Amino acid sequence: MAVEVRIPTVLRTHTGGAAVVTVDGATIGDVLGKLVAEYPGISGQVVQEDGSLHKFVNIYVNDDDVRYLDGVNTPVPDGAEVSILPAVAGG
Amino acid sequence: MSMYPSVLALIGNTPLVDISSLSPNPAARICIKLEGQNPGGSVKDRVALSLIEQAEHDGILVPGKPDQILMEPSSGNTGIGLALVCKVKGYHLKVVMPTNVSIERRQLLELWGAEIIESPGSEASNGAVRMAQKLAADNPEWVFLYQYGNPANPKAHYEGTGPEILRDCPEVTHFVAGLGTSGTLLGVGRYLRDQLGEKVQIWAVEPPSGETVDGLRNLDDGYIPPIFEELGGAELLDRKTVVRPRESIEWTRRLTDVGIFAGISTGAAVAGAIKCAASLPPGVEASIVVVSADGGWKYLSTGAWTDDLDEVTERAKSIIYF
Repeated sequence: MAVEVRIPTVLRTHTGGAAVVTVDGATIGDVLGKLVAEYPGISGQVVQEDGSLHKFVNIYVNDDDVRYLDGVNTPVPDGAEVSILPAVAGG
Repeated sequence: MSMYPSVLALIGNTPLVDISSLSPNPAARICIKLEGQNPGGSVKDRVALSLIEQAEHDGILVPGKPDQILMEPSSGNTGIGLALVCKVKGYHLKVVMPTNVSIERRQLLELWGAEIIESPGSEASNGAVRMAQKLAADNPEWVFLYQYGNPANPKAHYEGTGPEILRDCPEVTHFVAGLGTSGTLLGVGRYLRDQLGEKVQIWAVEPPSGETVDGLRNLDDGYIPPIFEELGGAELLDRKTVVRPRESIEWTRRLTDVGIFAGISTGAAVAGAIKCAASLPPGVEASIVVVSADGGWKYLSTGAWTDDLDEVTERAKSIIYF
């Protein structure tokens, strides 16, 4: 199932400058695995060695943060949009 | 309600207004808490007063003593709130602020007599925090209250904003607010959870600001406020949703239909409340309370209400509005 992944500026050096890339996957874990396989530079940036999400990254499926859904097991419907965002403060 | 000992006594007790006519779900009522009614113009007046009163209580600041200098990183509103409180109380304030904020934020800091130390806009608030931490280490005589790590920040909401919401809307089922320092969500969220248990859901709204921030070298330059981690923010929140600039602007505009002139982050928070209302099963009664962090005055220069939507959206991507 094709999924569009929005890449933040900080990671675009690893995607040849692409802001959006398309990969396959049925869960967030699948999608991130495929992403790292295709763009190895991202390895260790988004997902840590133990498979958990990097502390300073937030992943959204259709605007919902997966940490408050099922984490890396969150299903990704066909045609969904996945966004990767670094943790940035406000205030 | 006619005479106050000081303008600082006007902080808090903000109105809650029913805006259910904007709700996509007839069973879901939406009420908005207008924090722009605070004297400094934002929810951060509460935090500023709480930080300073706690420091005075702890003896870190001494009322009336000359030449006391405070320094704080802020994307604007906390700086403005602190500047107001410092002006009234006679403290000198330095605010470390990214360059890419609206011009009105700078003007307000200047009119309250605060000194602005610029941090790189490309690093957003993360850069301001980093610079402030370095300045604090280099200048130990400056008072660094550090809103991101100071429990007096959520305490202002646990003791003020939260009880006001429960008093004015005891049937609240969902609380929605923007995530900046996480102080509002932690303070109000924890208070409502303590009072109502699992009957209340806590929803955070986040801007996609990290998407275009280009001054981060890698994800290790990310930042999570210490209060969020130390006070169990991840366990408290039920949902977190990102709202993009276009949607933020659209809802900022829609709010004028019900007579509300609010800042751009309010548009984002209301967009989150609308998503919340739309996500509920049909017929389930709900009362959603959403926080409007500030009024629209500080964003007039962005043309948010009147200029072409595409142009305003592009402009909003390059300014910090949370």
